[in-house]
Amino acid sequence: MKLLALDTSGMVASVAVWEDDLIRGEYSMNDKKMHSQTILPMVEQLRDQIGLEMESVDAIAIAKGPGSFTGLRIGSATVKGLAYALNKPIVSVPTLHALAHQLCGSEGLICPILDARRNQTYTGIYRYTDGERGAFPEQVILRDQCAVSIGEIAQDLNARGELVTFLGDGVPVFAVQLRDLMKVPYRLAPAHLNRQRAAAVAALAAEYCRKNMQAHDGRLVPEEGVIESAFDHAPEYLRLSQAERERKEHADQENAPA
Amino acid sequence: MQKEEMEKSVKILAIESSCDETAAAVVENGRRVLSNIIYSQIDLHTLYGGVVPEIASRKHIEKVIPVVDKALKEASLTFSDIDAIAVTYGPGLVGPLLVGVSAAKAISLATGIPLVGVHHIEGHISANYIENPELEPPFACLVVSGGHSHLVVVKDYGEYEVIGKTRDDAAGEAFDKVARAIGLGYPGGPKIDKVSKEGDPNAVTFPRAKVGGSVYDFSFSGLKSAVLNYLNICEMKGEKWVQADIAASFQKAVVDVLVEHSMNAIDEYGFTKFAIAGGVASNSALRSAMEEACAKKHIAFYHPSPILCTDNAAMIGAAGYFEYRKGVRSSMDLNAIPNLKLGER
Repeated sequence: MKLLALDTSGMVASVAVWEDDLIRGEYSMNDKKMHSQTILPMVEQLRDQIGLEMESVDAIAIAKGPGSFTGLRIGSATVKGLAYALNKPIVSVPTLHALAHQLCGSEGLICPILDARRNQTYTGIYRYTDGERGAFPEQVILRDQCAVSIGEIAQDLNARGELVTFLGDGVPVFAVQLRDLMKVPYRLAPAHLNRQRAAAVAALAAEYCRKNMQAHDGRLVPEEGVIESAFDHAPEYLRLSQAERERKEHADQENAPA
Repeated sequence: MQKEEMEKSVKILAIESSCDETAAAVVENGRRVLSNIIYSQIDLHTLYGGVVPEIASRKHIEKVIPVVDKALKEASLTFSDIDAIAVTYGPGLVGPLLVGVSAAKAISLATGIPLVGVHHIEGHISANYIENPELEPPFACLVVSGGHSHLVVVKDYGEYEVIGKTRDDAAGEAFDKVARAIGLGYPGGPKIDKVSKEGDPNAVTFPRAKVGGSVYDFSFSGLKSAVLNYLNICEMKGEKWVQADIAASFQKAVVDVLVEHSMNAIDEYGFTKFAIAGGVASNSALRSAMEEACAKKHIAFYHPSPILCTDNAAMIGAAGYFEYRKGVRSSMDLNAIPNLKLGER
């Protein structure tokens, strides 16, 4: 099986080609340039460097969100265009699940945190359990990805009473708060593991594909929100647009009992 | 043009997502529309009284592949029949533009079909080629829409000189703002057009603004303020105003200025052909006034039918064809440029 994976959910633009539990190539850039200028030239270069036939790809994986709205859409529109033209499915991978997967097998709890602005973070809580003997560790989602304050996620982690490893672009943003808020031991992921990487998206997407195929006689079949068509895929924003939010707040205020 | 070249059919798949329409089309040789699919988001934005960029962008993501698929199916074509992919990369709203640009680039990369980035206004102007096979540059074109008011000299295919533009609001923007003020709601253009038919265009004389320094530039924000002032004064005096009369009088003020500047340009430059384009070009009062003014001067007058005045991808396919013929190709780093200037790349 062969997967092309993209992550444009944050500052990092990343693309990887996964083939049978091997990363054939990965290209990541953490730069101020807009993803619209970088991601497809990166796909093009990686394709040429490893001699990838686009038609030979079985599915296209994407970090579906949350993340920067614009970044998510550049990634989404790109994989939709690729998947439609190549007639391949899209594997939608939650951004935070993929980030946590970079620390696959590590001890204790894993807590990716992304800066969601407006004093919030996109986060989730994960752990890895031993898989079958001689197989990969398995990701367990203790708290699904969500948009909450750093205080709320710290409180949740403290209540669980275990060692935590943080990663993600929210770490430097909330470093001071974490020092105050965290009552349990915690540590940080180093440079090669602390930002989005398409290789992790690909590896987790491969797990989703494997499970899907196992349940369907070795065929990859549509699965809502996971194995999608180019028509159906959409980013997972986890948030309404500002205009919708304000409209809703206004309506809630009017409906509130006096 | 070589005879051989003339005979070869060039089919362009075009994508347009610069504002609140998600559109795809297939156009042959820049003039023959094989399919023209438009998904309008207007109902979605009516709630907010105008286009909300984030909401528009989210809708574009949902619709971009379905419209492309429908455009190919209606044309009974597959990617193997397509010679180039044309996409609007500016001007427009950056979020919406990025959806079309990203999808078009990805399709180009996956299929190997060359990509041509197209200027949105160039698309509007080129809409005139579709229904008027005899129309060839040079000619003058007035582009009027919700975001643009340009008086353009089309020197050759893909060669433009902007001789006049708005200093503040676009004509369509003024229509939207006035429509809101007189209780017609969004979108203002078609609503004012309709209600004006029952009003007296000479009921109120609103100012026809002149812009210092350039005879062809426009200004519509003063006119908009004059309408708002008029309404305020009526209210203070406790006088009733008639919606249809205000609409018709405002519309006449806009049309008068657009016609006057266009005719001045025709006289000065000696054009024999004049075209209009853009959303406001489907305004019935503007059309008939331009038609009359052009007839008086014995000038050929061109205008696209309403479906090609609104934002659509067929016009992008038409413009893309002429760029493609000139050898223009875009690479994978093509970016959305919200304030792209006409004639620039």
